[in-house]
Amino acid sequence: MAEKTLIQGINDGLRTALGQDAEVVVLGEDVGKNGGVFRATEGLWEEFGDERVIDTPLAEAGIVGAAVGMAVNGLRPVAEIQFMGFIYPAFEQIVTHVARLRTRTQGQYPASLVIRAPYGGGIRAPELHSDSTESFFVHTPGLKVVVPSTPSDAKGLLLAAIRDPDPVIYLEPMKIYRSFREEVPEGWHEVPIGKARKVRAGDDVTLIAWGAMVPVAQRAAHSCAERGISCEVLDLRSLYPLDEEAVIASVKKTGRAVIIHEAPKTAGLGAELAARIHELAFLWMEAPVERVTGYDVPVPMFALEDDFRPGPGRIEAAVQKVIHF
Amino acid sequence: MLKLMDRVDRQYILPDGKLSPEGRQAWGKLPKERKLDFHRWMVQVRTFDRRAVILQRQGRIGTYAPLEGQEAAQVGSALALSQEDWIFPSYREHGVAMIAGMPLSQILLYWMGRVEGNLAPPGVRLLPPYVPIATQMPQAMGAAWASRLKRESAISVAYFGDGATSEGDFHEACNFAGVFRLPVIFFCQNNHYAISVPFTRQSAVPTVAERAAAYNIRGIRVDGNDVLAVYTAMEEAVTCARDGKGATLIEAVTYRKGSHTTADDAARYREPAEVGEWVRNRDPIPRLEKLLQAEGLLTEAEIREWEEHCAERVEQAVKEAESSPAPPADHLFAHVYETPPPELRRQQAELLREGKRDG
Ligand SMILES: Cc1ncc(C[n+]2csc(CCOP(=O)(O)OP(=O)(O)O)c2C)c(N)n1
Repeated sequence: MAEKTLIQGINDGLRTALGQDAEVVVLGEDVGKNGGVFRATEGLWEEFGDERVIDTPLAEAGIVGAAVGMAVNGLRPVAEIQFMGFIYPAFEQIVTHVARLRTRTQGQYPASLVIRAPYGGGIRAPELHSDSTESFFVHTPGLKVVVPSTPSDAKGLLLAAIRDPDPVIYLEPMKIYRSFREEVPEGWHEVPIGKARKVRAGDDVTLIAWGAMVPVAQRAAHSCAERGISCEVLDLRSLYPLDEEAVIASVKKTGRAVIIHEAPKTAGLGAELAARIHELAFLWMEAPVERVTGYDVPVPMFALEDDFRPGPGRIEAAVQKVIHF
Repeated sequence: MLKLMDRVDRQYILPDGKLSPEGRQAWGKLPKERKLDFHRWMVQVRTFDRRAVILQRQGRIGTYAPLEGQEAAQVGSALALSQEDWIFPSYREHGVAMIAGMPLSQILLYWMGRVEGNLAPPGVRLLPPYVPIATQMPQAMGAAWASRLKRESAISVAYFGDGATSEGDFHEACNFAGVFRLPVIFFCQNNHYAISVPFTRQSAVPTVAERAAAYNIRGIRVDGNDVLAVYTAMEEAVTCARDGKGATLIEAVTYRKGSHTTADDAARYREPAEVGEWVRNRDPIPRLEKLLQAEGLLTEAEIREWEEHCAERVEQAVKEAESSPAPPADHLFAHVYETPPPELRRQQAELLREGKRDG
């Protein structure tokens, strides 16, 4: 096995899929000759040619609409949206068609496709590049939404998404594209959609995070451990469907939960998780669920992004709050 | 690609600095000051742009979108506008912004990731840079519509690149403008690439300008590295718009000399021969300088003097931007609503309580 970064895990996943499955095509802006603005598709155009790795015109509605048509007609398209902040021209296609084609055609045309999009802050990107609007998609019935936080999961979730009979929104945390390496299995490697990953076992409080917030939660857990508080850290990986079982089992054990996300607080996924925990584990809880999130303001330009994104300090404060409730 | 460039409706100052016959006419009508303005602004814009690229390399500003090579398109078009006109720019129009009256220090502040950099001085009808492609176009159309409904003589201009012509917003804006005969100008700087994707992948028809016919608006394809031709085309479009004759789609054929942004590497997708041709032979500034010198309007010494003056102005702006005090963390909450709802006030208080920088 080779050591890879998260973005290389994605690249490896795409290469594996293109190599093993003649129906897979990759399409999007700058995915071909340039190898993607983040190099996710590096080398694929050279290897698989212009009919498998397709540079499209600059038109997100066109890209996603085309992917739907391709899927209807038997291909397995993987569409790249350059940044999640630019997915909105395609929002209509996603919400009105990608998500409900299966229902509307009573299973005849399931629109099995993948839409990849980098998201989130922390890289001093220009305006509008750093939003985390995963809730829009989680809130849309008919879609699956996944977010890897490790190189191996990046490959495994991508291949699972490509094989999945339903449409999958695959969100990529830009901040940790290149922040560390790990061994990524060779060949076809799937990580099942709908299963959380236990990053760290603990007894006192459950920290729930995904994407680039996972390493931040880990840092907070580490500092808490030094103060004698044992945190269990769950990487959700799959935002829809949720691994309810893993979340509930963990909070029943610890009796406390802190949910961490970059997206604004109101109607963020943390709200859903908190509600679910209260519905299913109320009697086990020692304290109300805490949320550490972005604020309800437009994601700022980068001069203030460190004030917007949750850091370990805010997480530790929330842990203290649930411990000393 | 190079052949494509050679088919333009207008080219007045030829790459060797000579005037074409139509160019001689247009040039003859211009006062000396305007001719010199072309030069002064192009040099100012280039000086700023080169400095900004270096500031990014030094980590003093964030990712930056350079415009070198596109000075004539921006300066020529912006100088044809008046103070009352509305400008809806993309993220590459620093040249246009300067001419509209945006202080250099504000432009830098924007690239330092500071939202205050979006604030234009009073009376400057310049919107902040539009980052999502083509989204400024329907809005410019709407502003123009409002001017018409209010019986005002202001017109609106949307600036965008060739890639933007692929988005639905481009079509919708042009279509409304045609249907309602609106006083709007769609100014496309066709710099040949949308990041790495060449224009042949954006459009099956070889030019942007010819698309105007589909909307029954005027289309003009002009040598975008020829400041005089751009200025004249824009003046014409402005006059038509003010006279109630509707919209114009101008395609200024140009080239960005460098990469798309400081985060991009253009060597991956452009041939050195093509780049060399544009950089060596089609640069907008030397050709105007040759003409001005040949006409006895400008000397080599005056050029150097002006370049130094521009460099000083840029240095002054860098100082101003860098000494602008950092906003407090809770500036995040400023202007989200006119009156912040209780939830937001609570979050703001929470940030002030807990919120040391935490990353
Ligand atoms: C809706 C949208 N999709 C994708 C992007 C990412 N992106 C930024 S600039 C760019 C290329 C734009 O090319 P063009 O319109 O020709 O303008 P230029 O940069 O050449 O001036 C792309 C794809 C974006 N900003 N907005």
